[in-house]
Order: sequence, then C-alpha cells, then structure tokens
Amino acid sequence: MSETAIKPRIEKIPLREQVLQKLPVLLVPVLALLGLVAIGNPASWLTLTVAGLAMGMMIFIMASGLTVVFGLMDVINFGHGAFVAVGAFVGFTVLAWLAGWTASPSVMLNLAAVLVAILAAMVVTGLLGYAFERVIVMPVYGEHLKQILVTMGGLIVAQQMIYVVWGPDELHISRPEAFQGSVVFGEAAIEKYRLVAVAIGLALFLAMRHVLKNTKVGLLVRAGVENGEMVEALGYRIRRLFLIVFMTGSALAGLGGVMWGLYQETITAHMGSEIMVLVFIVVIIGGLGSVEGCFIGALLVGLLANYTAFLAPKVALISTIALMVVILMWRPQGLYPVVKAK
Amino acid sequence: MLTRLLSGDTPRSGLLTLLLVAVLISLAFAPFLFPGTKSLETAARICIFIVLVASYDLLLGYSGIVSFAHTMFFGIGAYGTALALSTSGPSYWSLAWGTLAGMLVAAAFALAIGLFSLRVKAIFFAMVTLAVASAFAVFVSQMSWLTGGEDGLNYKIPRELTPAFKLVQEKVFGVRINGKLLAYYLVFFASLALFLVMLRIVNSPFGRTLKAVRDNAFRAEAIGYKVVWYRTTATVLSAVMAALAGSLLAIWLRYTGPATTLSMEIMIDILLMVVIGGMGTLYGAVLGATLFILAQTYLQNLMGVAVEATSAVPLVSTLVAPERWLLWLGVLFILSVYFFPSGIVGRLRAGRA
Repeated sequence: MSETAIKPRIEKIPLREQVLQKLPVLLVPVLALLGLVAIGNPASWLTLTVAGLAMGMMIFIMASGLTVVFGLMDVINFGHGAFVAVGAFVGFTVLAWLAGWTASPSVMLNLAAVLVAILAAMVVTGLLGYAFERVIVMPVYGEHLKQILVTMGGLIVAQQMIYVVWGPDELHISRPEAFQGSVVFGEAAIEKYRLVAVAIGLALFLAMRHVLKNTKVGLLVRAGVENGEMVEALGYRIRRLFLIVFMTGSALAGLGGVMWGLYQETITAHMGSEIMVLVFIVVIIGGLGSVEGCFIGALLVGLLANYTAFLAPKVALISTIALMVVILMWRPQGLYPVVKAK
Repeated sequence: MLTRLLSGDTPRSGLLTLLLVAVLISLAFAPFLFPGTKSLETAARICIFIVLVASYDLLLGYSGIVSFAHTMFFGIGAYGTALALSTSGPSYWSLAWGTLAGMLVAAAFALAIGLFSLRVKAIFFAMVTLAVASAFAVFVSQMSWLTGGEDGLNYKIPRELTPAFKLVQEKVFGVRINGKLLAYYLVFFASLALFLVMLRIVNSPFGRTLKAVRDNAFRAEAIGYKVVWYRTTATVLSAVMAALAGSLLAIWLRYTGPATTLSMEIMIDILLMVVIGGMGTLYGAVLGATLFILAQTYLQNLMGVAVEATSAVPLVSTLVAPERWLLWLGVLFILSVYFFPSGIVGRLRAGRA
C-alpha cells in the first residue's frame, strides 16, 4: 500500500484492493452480530449495543486528539489522561454552581447547564494544552524516550495539582433531570444519556471528517501527517498548526472527560490514567495517526467491553487486550496504517 | 579483587564512592545501627527496590526501552512465591519452586510481549506494556479465588525466618537475634548478589552491545547485531530480575497484594527512582532507590513541619502538605529529564576533577 503514496498520479485502485481497504469498516457490524448470537436475547443485546456505542463514542472523543497529534508531530502524549481528568473536574464544578439549572425540570435549562459546563471544561483544557505543549513537549521534539518520560511526569504533576485544587476526595454529581431515566423500545430499556452520548460522538466524528476533508486547515493537517517537511517547505508554519491541533486535542479530551464523568456520575483524579489504557488500545488498534481507524477501534472496544461485561464480567479488560492482539496479528500497523512519506 | 567483583565498573567519583559505601554499610548493619521495626522495614524495602530499580534501568537506561509493565513482572514473582507458600505450606521447597515458577512465567510473558511489539517504535512498546500491565492488575484483583483479590494473600514462611524463631537467647549489641533478622539478611545478601550479577551483565560484551543498540539501532543492525534479539533478551532478563525482587518482597512482607506489587503508583515510583538516580548506570539505581524511599518514609514528617510554618498562607500550605510530596517529585522528575538526563550519578561523575 505504501506504493500508492509515492506514485506521481493517483491511479484508480482495483476493486479488490478497494474492498480490502474498506474491510475494517465491516468489523463493527460483524462484532455486533456476533454479540447478538452470543447473547441471544435481542432486548438485552440492544441495551448493550447502545451502551457499547456510547462508550465507544466517548473513547473516540478522547482518543482522536491523541492520534492526530501523533500523526502530525510524532508525539505521543502520555499525559493526555490529565486533560480528561481536569476537564471532568472543571465541568463538575460548573455543574455544581449551576445546580439550580440542572435540578429544574426544563429541558432547555438542563441543556444550557451542560453546554456551559462543557464549554468551560474545553476552554480550560485547551489552555492547559497550550501550556503543556510549550513547557513540557516542545523542548523534547524528536526524542521519543524523553517524550514518554516527560509527559508521564506532566501527568503526575497534573494529577497532584487536581488534589491541591479540588481536594483528595472523589466528586459525585447526578445527571441533569432531562438526561436521567431511560427510553423503552419494546422490551429494551435504553438510558437517555447514552443516546445523547452517541449523538454527540457521531456529530463530532462527522464534523472532524468534514474539517479534515473539506477545509484548508484539514488539508494542511493531512498533508502534515503525510510529510511535514514538505508542508513546511511550501511556506506553512507547521509548528503553529501543530499547536492548534494539540490544543484542540486537549479540549476534546476535556469534553470527553465531562461526558465520561456524567456517564459514571463519579470522578477521581485518577480517572484519566484509568481511561488512558482504553484510549491507548483504541489508538493502537486504529493505527497510530488515523482518525477513521481510531473511530472504528473505539466502537469495537466499546461494544466488546459491554458484551463481555455481560457475558463474562471477569475478563472484560482482558478481552480488549485480546482484540488488540488479534488485530495486530492481522494488520501489524493497525486497521488503517498511516503512510509516512519520510 | 574488588574491581573484579564490581565487573570493572567502579564508581569513578570520590563522592559517589563515599555515598555508595555509606549505603552499603548502613544496609549491611541496619539492624544494629538503626534498631527499631520501622527502620528495619525501610532498610529491607531499600534493598528490594535497589534490585527492582536496577532491573528497570537495564531496560530504560541500557536499552532505551520504556516499559510500563515492570510492576507486572514484580507482581508475578511475588505472587509465584506467595501462591506456592500458601498452597503447599511454609517449606523451603515451596519457596524455591514458587520463586522459580514466578521467574519462568515472568520470562515467558516478557518474551511474548517483546517478540510481539519490540520490532516497532519505542512509543508503541510503551503503550502496549501500559495496556497489558493494567489489564493484568485488574485480572489479578478479579481472580479472587486464586489471588485473594484486592485483599491479597497472607501466608506463613519457613519458621526460621519469623520473629518467633530465636537463634541466640541473649541480645547481641542490644538486638535480638531472631528469625526476622535472618530474613533481613536473606533479603540483603540476595539483593547484593542480584545487583552484582546485573553489574556483570551490563559490563559484559552483551551489555556493551545493548548500549550500541540504544544509541543507534540502525547502525547496530548494519554492523550485524540482531537488534530485536538483543532488545528481547534485555526485556526478559530485566523481567526475571524484577520477578526475583518480587519474590524477596513476598518473603519479607509475608503478604502479597495488588497494592504492594502491581499498582501503577509503584511503576511511577520506579520511574522516578531511575531517572532521579541516573539512567544508564546501575549505581544510579542504588542512590535513587535509597533517597526516594528515605524521602517517602521520613520527608513527609518534614513537610508536616513546613505546613505548620506556612499555615497562614492558604495556597502554599496545601502545596507543601505531606500528601503532596509526589507533586514536587514530579517537578523534580521533569527537570531532571531536561537538565540532568544522567541523574545524580551523572552529575557526580561529571563533577570529578
């Protein structure tokens, strides 16, 4: 596949290869079908599938920034989990201030409160991302070993700062009135909040696709992932582009943090490093640097985690590791390997 | 003779030699120099962590591989010994086979992970090990019928190693010569031996090749060294050493649980110890582990004093609270990665005339 990247003209790829390339898309429905067979009961299958999709969407929101940052600048931020946790804490603080809005039965006020909380969280984590990039990541470009160590150090410091600001206890908050309870389809009860999460995740994925495929910034980002030096040679400041992507990724992690927090209704300073395990698995499955792969990987992990949690609760996390191993045996570079012309 | 024992890798700095000798003497005579249960616990912990941190340095400092699965191997060793002792009774025989089994399982795991993911970038390996290690930790806490879950395992060790066993009736220099003391010296000498073995490994031709692979994998491959083979072997060796350190911990504590062996906090502690002590030199592991554990045990009291002194200033007093000491270590960690990648030992060696 690497040959297509250096060919001067874009040739029409034969149908067989096209199908092969698109094959990973089928994995999600195949997994869902397998789940249906294994579970047997359509009602509980529907509940689990929606839960899995919701979880997958949230993981995707958190992982997408990480994977683009890697594609663009060869930087993996092991401190990404800190943004998730900080986002959740900021969001919860805002929601606690707006307790009057969240408790009221009006859907509009509920939505407004959540929106304000999400905005606040994204602004704070975006700014934090700026600081993180300038202070922690920038001095160690191109040195992987130091990068891993330094971003890990950043994670430790950020987690401790959460303790300093918000105290050592975990925070509880209940969801706004409008997001509580569930909708009943036939025999299956589906939590409303999960539907909301799926909707937000899907909207975000489509928006990201649109930005990446149809705007100039997206074009530059994709070009930068493919060959950063060339983009620079053409006169674009890739460092600044990278900073924007880094901040966006951090803000998305903050958004994911708020959503995850509302999903669990309890947050701790360690939540970031716990979720990072799933995020890393998703990023690896998808292929480092690929947004589409990340999306499919997130859905696979979300679905599988929920199915196995129902069928065999003890092996839930092991099953995602097994999934990662199987996928890497099939495609060692992940589902959609990002071809680097370097 | 001494140089031979140290495999020709002398400290090469006056102050460093002084510090190392001080650590060695204090650990060797800890029960007599610092009587009391707490200080003996601290001394044993330092011994075990020196081995653990040195084995991690084998990977991080000498091979340039970042792994987050080191506590997993540590835990496998500890659980191997613990399970053997709790299922087949407190005999030396079960102690031996449990340790051996832990070692072999750790080696097999390391081999599998290494072959699977060492071919690609360092980042990839770090991510895979992080995922596998946390899955393993969750798995162990779920398998409560075997591992005791979150509560862990309590078990008996051979009677000669417990406080109930009296070797000499009278006190010697005011210290009871009992099984606990024997257990301490078992830990001490085993750690010393393991440390010397690791020193031997890193100063062998194999160790030199590892450094070459670390500095320029491409070139090492071009000269004809199989890079993957060297990296995998280093991973397996370091896993085996970590498992042995885990067994020592299991013998010393007579308890094994997820919190003492598998938790992410311990992994972060190891990382801090290696980097602050000095990557790429095993003496760094000695200083790093010693300073860190002393700080963990005693610095918190000092910070308590600082809190009282600054209690009038609201933010500062929360920043220096004893529970927040990891914050300052994190800052120190980042600074040392930037400015002193070779850590304390590197500084001392560079400072010699």
